[in-house]
Amino acid sequence: MAGQTLYDKLFASHLVRSNEDGSALIYIDRQLLHEVTSPQAFEGLRIAGRKPWRIDANLATPDHNVPTTNRSGGVSEIADPVSKIQVITLDENCDDFGILEFKMNDVRQGIVHVVGPEQGATLPGTTVVCGDSHTATHGAFGALAHGIGTSEVEHVLATQCLITKKMKNMLVRVDGQLGAGVTAKDIVLHVIGKIGTAGGTGYAIEFGGEAIRSLSMDGRMTICNMAIEAGARVGLVAVDQTTIDYVEGRPFAPKGEQWDAAVAAWRDLVSDADAAFDTVVEINAADIEPQVTWGTSPEMVVGVNAQVPNPANETDPVKIEGMKRALEYMGLQAGQAISDIHLDRVFIGSCTNSRIEDLRAAAEVVKGKKVAATIKQALVVPGSGLVKAQAEKEGLDKIFIEAGLEWREPGCSMCLAMNPDKLGAGEHCASTSNRNFEGRQGFGGRTHLVSPAMAAAAAVAGHFVDVRTLGNH
Amino acid sequence: MKAFNQHTGIAAPMDRANVDTDMIIPKQFLKSIKRTGFGKNLFDELRYLDEGQPDQECTGRPLNEKFVLNQPRYKGASILLARENFGCGSSREHAPWALDDYGFRSVIAPSFAEIFYNNCFKNGILPIVLKEQEVDQLFREVAANEGYELTVDLEKQCVVTPSGTEMAFEIDAFRKHCLLNGLDDIGLTLEHADDIRAYESRRRQEAPWLFDAIK
Ligand code: SF4
Repeated sequence: MAGQTLYDKLFASHLVRSNEDGSALIYIDRQLLHEVTSPQAFEGLRIAGRKPWRIDANLATPDHNVPTTNRSGGVSEIADPVSKIQVITLDENCDDFGILEFKMNDVRQGIVHVVGPEQGATLPGTTVVCGDSHTATHGAFGALAHGIGTSEVEHVLATQCLITKKMKNMLVRVDGQLGAGVTAKDIVLHVIGKIGTAGGTGYAIEFGGEAIRSLSMDGRMTICNMAIEAGARVGLVAVDQTTIDYVEGRPFAPKGEQWDAAVAAWRDLVSDADAAFDTVVEINAADIEPQVTWGTSPEMVVGVNAQVPNPANETDPVKIEGMKRALEYMGLQAGQAISDIHLDRVFIGSCTNSRIEDLRAAAEVVKGKKVAATIKQALVVPGSGLVKAQAEKEGLDKIFIEAGLEWREPGCSMCLAMNPDKLGAGEHCASTSNRNFEGRQGFGGRTHLVSPAMAAAAAVAGHFVDVRTLGNH
Repeated sequence: MKAFNQHTGIAAPMDRANVDTDMIIPKQFLKSIKRTGFGKNLFDELRYLDEGQPDQECTGRPLNEKFVLNQPRYKGASILLARENFGCGSSREHAPWALDDYGFRSVIAPSFAEIFYNNCFKNGILPIVLKEQEVDQLFREVAANEGYELTVDLEKQCVVTPSGTEMAFEIDAFRKHCLLNGLDDIGLTLEHADDIRAYESRRRQEAPWLFDAIK
């Protein structure tokens, strides 16, 4: 019999029961909650007169709606009344049910997917869910993590379980070493460009190979975060010493004897050498260039030195139509050089790229330089209050501010523009977030997804430039 | 959950691939803490020419006449014809809530994004995967015939066209059972409460660090 994949092991160790019809009940170790997808779930619990099954498996924080400007006045100062109600509702629900919440002005508040790992709530070998598709992020720890809908949030609150079906296994192996100036973000955008936004549908994708093994946990989280943009609900990276070192000493991580037992168990969280994958995708790290998306789907991506593709070179009519529509929405011409795309705003943040290493990479590029005069706004939004504090300790805030970028409070911000940070119609934005859908960052806004270093370089130049030519590397 | 058995209604064609949940219901409407009232903002950015705001009255807003749901022939449509990877992107259940509130009972496409697909069942909407050629055929027929209606039969697992052609589809036995009977899956899971407790006590032995940590 072939060995087991990491996903197989995680699934097996959480199986509560399997039914004849192929569905399975799996146990959920951690649920992260935020204000947008939880109110209707709590309401459902109340209507049915149910209580949460296990309070200590949940952790909450508001992130999508919170303002990123000075918020010393607390929730009452959220200008948008509808946003305010949503944040207050989360506070009340957590207070009522006794769930631990990092409220808006808690230094531990931040984007759920930054906060979970940072606190050691996300641990190797756990199942993690959240009413948010980027829950795939936590798979970087060898955890089975995926996004769920609000009805399922309620289901997990009430039963600590999820009804699911086993996925197929895909291995994306990135061999060799990345070139200087090429990052985790470029790997994942490259993978999405290669397999398409539905390429991973039905699969749990494990990312492996030398290039992935050499990444830090921050980089691995960036990659797993965007598994969903490749259609996969689950992204995974096997546990190694890098994982264990990151987790050690985090507030909710095991301590003492339990730590030793946990580490011993976690060592097995790798795919067996003879494990069978349903699909294997092989990529050579040396082939990956800094990536820039030109269209309205993350698969519409090319290297920074390429041109905007021409629909005339395609054969599939649905694809041609999609490309034409994207070019029109983005206001771009086929054949135009990527470096000729002029930018109005720059956004460095989101659960994809708002951790400390992302901020360090961006700061390194802008240090001693100035944001181009044509850029209306360049925002840096740390992923959590603790990331912000760390960055300030290292003086990164000063580097950004001196270069003309704005240094903000943590939250989702311009990733999806539910708070006041948004693009105007027709504006082009170099963004370190994960989705370039129409209207995602503001009505009529035009998003180009890039790495933090590339976003920083674009802020200085006013248009896209190959960060490798700037001499920082 | 609402039960679903058989439904006949006007089909409306949404002829683009990768329709994401931001497109189905833009983020500003996600600020609501309710499950209802999203129908008037379904496909808001495609449907109206201005930028919609939450709690706004929509009757006076300028319509994009070209958008399929604004065309008189698709008035009252309850079956949405779609292209590949429908419902990709964010996990927001507001997307099926908006489709449901607008009056859609079923979505037919060659493929769906998983979270969206899953969320449909929780809200009594039947997502149906047909072969690409069959979906193409439906797109052609709906364009050629005003008032084109389809029948969706969950029990028999088929879509029936006006000329009587039957197109079969696959569906999980568990999901079919729940949808046909309108079952609440929390209630179903709680019938296995003993299994859950047994798992927990076993797990507590193996991995005690997973319990009582977050507080
Ligand atoms: S940062 Fe963006 S993608 Fe991440 S959770 Fe927030 S809104 Fe979603």
